Amino acid sequence: MLLTHCILAICGEYTLGMPTEKTMTGNFTRSTRLSSPAASRAALHLTDEDRAMLAGERGPAVKMAMSIVARMAEIFGASELMDITGAHIDSTIYIGEAGLEFAEKLASLGARVAVPTTLNVSGLDEFHWQEWAVPSEWARNAHRQMIAYQSMGAVPTWTCAPYQTEMKPRFGQQIAWGESNAIVFANSVLGARTERYPDLFDVCCAITARVPAVGLHLTWNRGGDILMRLAGVPPAVQQDDSFYPVLGHLMGKVAQDRIPVVAGLTVRPTEDQLKALGAGSASSGTVALFHIVGVTPEAPTLDAAFQGRRPKETMDVTMGVLRAARRELTTADGAQLHMVVLGSPHFSLAEFKQLAPLVAGKRANPSVKFLVTSSRAMTLLAKQTGHLAALEDFGGKVTVDTCILASPMLPPEIKLLMTNSAKYAYYSPGLLNAAVTFGSLADCVRSAVEGRVVRDEGLWEN
Amino acid sequence: MQGKPIVPGRAEGEALVSAEPLSFWGGYDFHTGEIIDRRHPLSGRIAAGRILAVPFTRGSSTTTAVLLEAVRAGTAPAAIITIGVDSFFALASIVADEMYAKPIPLVALALEDFATLRTGERLVVEEDGRVRNLGKRRK
Repeated sequence: MLLTHCILAICGEYTLGMPTEKTMTGNFTRSTRLSSPAASRAALHLTDEDRAMLAGERGPAVKMAMSIVARMAEIFGASELMDITGAHIDSTIYIGEAGLEFAEKLASLGARVAVPTTLNVSGLDEFHWQEWAVPSEWARNAHRQMIAYQSMGAVPTWTCAPYQTEMKPRFGQQIAWGESNAIVFANSVLGARTERYPDLFDVCCAITARVPAVGLHLTWNRGGDILMRLAGVPPAVQQDDSFYPVLGHLMGKVAQDRIPVVAGLTVRPTEDQLKALGAGSASSGTVALFHIVGVTPEAPTLDAAFQGRRPKETMDVTMGVLRAARRELTTADGAQLHMVVLGSPHFSLAEFKQLAPLVAGKRANPSVKFLVTSSRAMTLLAKQTGHLAALEDFGGKVTVDTCILASPMLPPEIKLLMTNSAKYAYYSPGLLNAAVTFGSLADCVRSAVEGRVVRDEGLWEN
Repeated sequence: MQGKPIVPGRAEGEALVSAEPLSFWGGYDFHTGEIIDRRHPLSGRIAAGRILAVPFTRGSSTTTAVLLEAVRAGTAPAAIITIGVDSFFALASIVADEMYAKPIPLVALALEDFATLRTGERLVVEEDGRVRNLGKRRK
């Protein structure tokens, strides 16, 4: 009974992706979204060019990629494939031998990306990995994987925030993106259209420039499912940076794989605040698209956000609910601290600029490491605009191309982290076996200076 | 129970069941097959060789890469049962087939059938998507 109750609580009005007529009624939860309602029984129709790719007429790499794309299309119940004009490959993260074998197999078969393609973080800061605890054999393998993907003609952006590069997709553009935080940002904030592409599939889509015509590529699947109404959340809280990762964490837990719509926001969030919101929601949940009424491009009104349908569920987001979500992001107890880490998703120029005055004229306590993870491009811009110098004078370091979750860079004695990122907070306990404290950017800086966890609770607990 | 075979295959094993979705990145150690998401109810349980039943994946798109590593390392679940089609599990299984000819059998069950599954029961997943429950193993 308890299990049934839990599932129902999670899934709400979940309509099953079973082979029944129920799947065609338009209850757009994730599993049903992935079936095209018009033709979910029709066999997959491939064009002459699709068939040529599948038959190997465009070379062995295209054949392998198209074979995977077509099999996935059949599993989704797609009636056809569609074109994409951009891709972001998350498969660059080195996990182990299998992923490397997959990348090198494609590369050795002569794979080339067929659309402008950015690359996600790798497993290695190519130029600074030796300053950290990265084992050299691991570094060699991670580097081989970087070379394999670069050889396919993708742009070596090495960032999990490709939407903050010059290759940012435009509204309505059909793309195949991997990396959960990038997917949710592209769909929600930019209004570009991507399904939630996993590692190993993103590259197949980039090579063929074709994807199953299902899910979030299609307009009717992009309407909201559940309404989250801000209720009595003061503007001062809404303006605070730490509000967005907390709301994101809550949104992921509540929405799971459905599309949440936030209403009642009275301030205009910055790009980096929306980035933090999406990353939080795609860590605790499976959110690939959210709308904020009056803020995101497909939600000028509440009605537009839901495409004229009624919300399947409504919840009030009170300060009490937010406080509980904020507490969940912290697993450490006590004030002891080994490291402050910022930049998941990768730090932007605006964030370097925001950090600079907070650290100016101060020094981090020698007992606490202070690390920012970012991209090569943003770090260079921060250097050129003078914002990097303040961080270095403070005693902080920057790692590029990767992050603490994607590279085994932290020495084992680092077990107590503090961060302003919901994504770092969510994954660090499992991936790093570390305890984590969540705080605002200012809390993080102050804690680094004092050498122990200090948080300003005024905004949250009063 | 009749499920929908997402990637057909036969497997038998002990069920490991949760109503909570799971990310394999940060949630599954492919060296050992242990579930390591410390916020997940199955944290600390070994899923290698078991029949893992979770409603769907959550979080990171690197889940597929971790599952492929688990297939190569021999630490993957024997089969995975979900509610509805989960694209991440499906892709990992297809690539495991392309690379190593070792697809992971995947079956989608109806919500009410999924809800009857219990950790510790012995399950058989059939090629046609049927799931047979042999009950708790007697010691």
